[in-house]
Amino acid sequence: MLPEDVLKLTELQLDALKEIGNVGAGNAATALSQIINRKIDMTVPQVAILPLGDVPDVVGGPEVTVAGVYLRVFGPAPGSILFLMPQESAFYLVDTLMGRNAQSTHALDEMDASALLEIGNILAGAYLNALSYFTKFTLLPSIPALAMDMAGAILSIILIQLGQMGDHALVIETEFTTENDGVKGHFFLIPDPGSLGTILQAIGVKE
Amino acid sequence: MAELIKVGMADYKVGRNPYNLISYGLGSCVGIALYDSVTQIGGLAHIMLPDSTQARSAENPAKFADTALPLMIEDMQKLGAMKGRILAKIAGGAQMFAFANVTDIMRVGERNSEAVKMVLKKLAVKIVAEDVGGNYGRTVELILPNGIFRIKTIDKGEKEL
Repeated sequence: MLPEDVLKLTELQLDALKEIGNVGAGNAATALSQIINRKIDMTVPQVAILPLGDVPDVVGGPEVTVAGVYLRVFGPAPGSILFLMPQESAFYLVDTLMGRNAQSTHALDEMDASALLEIGNILAGAYLNALSYFTKFTLLPSIPALAMDMAGAILSIILIQLGQMGDHALVIETEFTTENDGVKGHFFLIPDPGSLGTILQAIGVKE
Repeated sequence: MAELIKVGMADYKVGRNPYNLISYGLGSCVGIALYDSVTQIGGLAHIMLPDSTQARSAENPAKFADTALPLMIEDMQKLGAMKGRILAKIAGGAQMFAFANVTDIMRVGERNSEAVKMVLKKLAVKIVAEDVGGNYGRTVELILPNGIFRIKTIDKGEKEL
């Protein structure tokens, strides 16, 4: 089979990817919980195969404002990680981190941006640990980059990469929420061409 | 308000007055508005990639600059547009994330804009206005009654081409 063609993934392969997503997101949620000192709930990861154009709907449509932290992943299974959160969640996070009153942030300054980058860094590292654990690969994240803009525009960076391989995206998606005040986040892990097959082989579900 | 026809990512739509064509949240993708002012027939394409010949899969021609635009012009002609009168306005092709060492993946917005210009030149369609590049998202709307291409951003204002 063509491991790049996400439409041809078997139940078993999807389950294996879901389990990686589960552990990875669990690691990331724990890290985030420690940073902001709040209990964090996470949903069971959804593994969905969506037409590329439908992916922005996962975060509320292509025109909603979101903050995105993007990292490249280096190693035997290179790829990209995108952590997306609604604008309000990004503001809530920086208020919490900077020790300010809730809802005092309405635009990000340099320190805020730097704090969000660091959060993205920590979450990506936590997530990659799970992937490294299952595959036994050494996977290293790049320096993160931040953008706050329309969801469609930010997602275009990963959708374009996926578009080179097909018309569908494999989205392993987890939503984080804090107890009272909703910090929501969405995690996307996008293997480069060839990497999905490498990952499936490494975790023993090549066929 | 005219009725809106939504154009998704990797898609194109054609229509005529009184409809408007709109595509939300373009980043590195490019929106191409083609318009025949006499018949008030227009088309809006939202392409993702420059070139279908380098792609692993080419099942959706609307995804690529080189395959989407000839098809869209054909569909406009079927509605009654005349090819010699069609003019183009383009927007998008941003680089959303800044990295120190820019890879090809990062530069895809720039490559998309270049490809669109090349394809339009080959098709002998003149570009009369453009708003490409930058590091921000755009929502684009082609207003079919008058051919204005309206570009909205989150904090870079709104403009009309």
